[in-house]
Amino acid sequence: MSARDPQASRNATDLPDEAQRMIDTPLYEEPGEFPIEMGYVYNTCAAVQNGNPIFWDPAVAEAVTGGPIAPPTMMSVWFRPHYWAPGATGERKALQTHFDLKQILDLPEAVVASNEAVFGEPVRPGDRLTTRQIVRSIGPLKQTKLGIGRFWTIDVETTNQHGEWVGTEIYTMLGYRRPEQ
Amino acid sequence: MSATEVCGITAADIAEGQEMPALRHPVSATTIVLGALASRDWRPMHHDKDFAVERNGVNNIFINTPNNAAWFERYITDWTGPKGRLGRLRFEMKKSVFPGDEMCFSGIVRKLARDAAGCHWADLELTISVGDEVRTTGRARVAIPADAADNPWTRKGDRWLP
Repeated sequence: MSARDPQASRNATDLPDEAQRMIDTPLYEEPGEFPIEMGYVYNTCAAVQNGNPIFWDPAVAEAVTGGPIAPPTMMSVWFRPHYWAPGATGERKALQTHFDLKQILDLPEAVVASNEAVFGEPVRPGDRLTTRQIVRSIGPLKQTKLGIGRFWTIDVETTNQHGEWVGTEIYTMLGYRRPEQ
Repeated sequence: MSATEVCGITAADIAEGQEMPALRHPVSATTIVLGALASRDWRPMHHDKDFAVERNGVNNIFINTPNNAAWFERYITDWTGPKGRLGRLRFEMKKSVFPGDEMCFSGIVRKLARDAAGCHWADLELTISVGDEVRTTGRARVAIPADAADNPWTRKGDRWLP
């Protein structure tokens, strides 16, 4: 299984310098806003009725995974900022490079075209995670059913406080302008 | 309790082409809001119907990306048991899932393999359908224990190759 769609990895030749410079450059390397905690694990499992005992039964968690862990698919949960924080102004957004690209490329709308995640070391309560965002590709302008736009791919790499690789998320987004815009 | 006592499938229990048991779940607005907030996704199209309709031009609020991933993980590990360890997941939401829909999860084992470190892998093809319409398609790679004594969760570093 390939990590990326080869079609999506062809960079456009008409990009503004600011967008071109972002490609393959790690950006927004930052720690999570709180240590990993089980409350969100229970919320997530409850939201999808996931009864896997490694998340609910300490004895099973100890026997199978060496103690409590979070579901691997929660990786993106941990890097989203709080909706509000003291001193913050404006909307606090995850995946800031995506919103940067929307602005730089003057494409006001966007949707997630595909999402891929590769999972490494399990995330455990008390862990402090760090993420960084890397734009891997920005495609040419093309007509889509939503409007004219570009596909771009952003990796979010996550490590824990021991420097261990926790996983990588690969977001392919379509930024576009609606026909009436 | 020891890991050997924890039940679940092993590599000997599955074959390429095997279908996973279907899972059906009726979706309400609560389903969608629970998933959005649990995944710390505050974007309004996942909790504010007026925004979803007037700004996004869709019928209603809809399931967000990380919650979709959590649903797939639950579907996969319901099948594997606790020792099944997700290595990779990719999906495309071709059409959103809205309140009033009944999601039907299905999956097929497309490929079985054993890597250089001895880990057994199942590559899965996944679908979420509503009625006859495919809403989300995905692929996953999940580590399956070789036998009751094996445990993919013990693999680290060069022994974990998702």
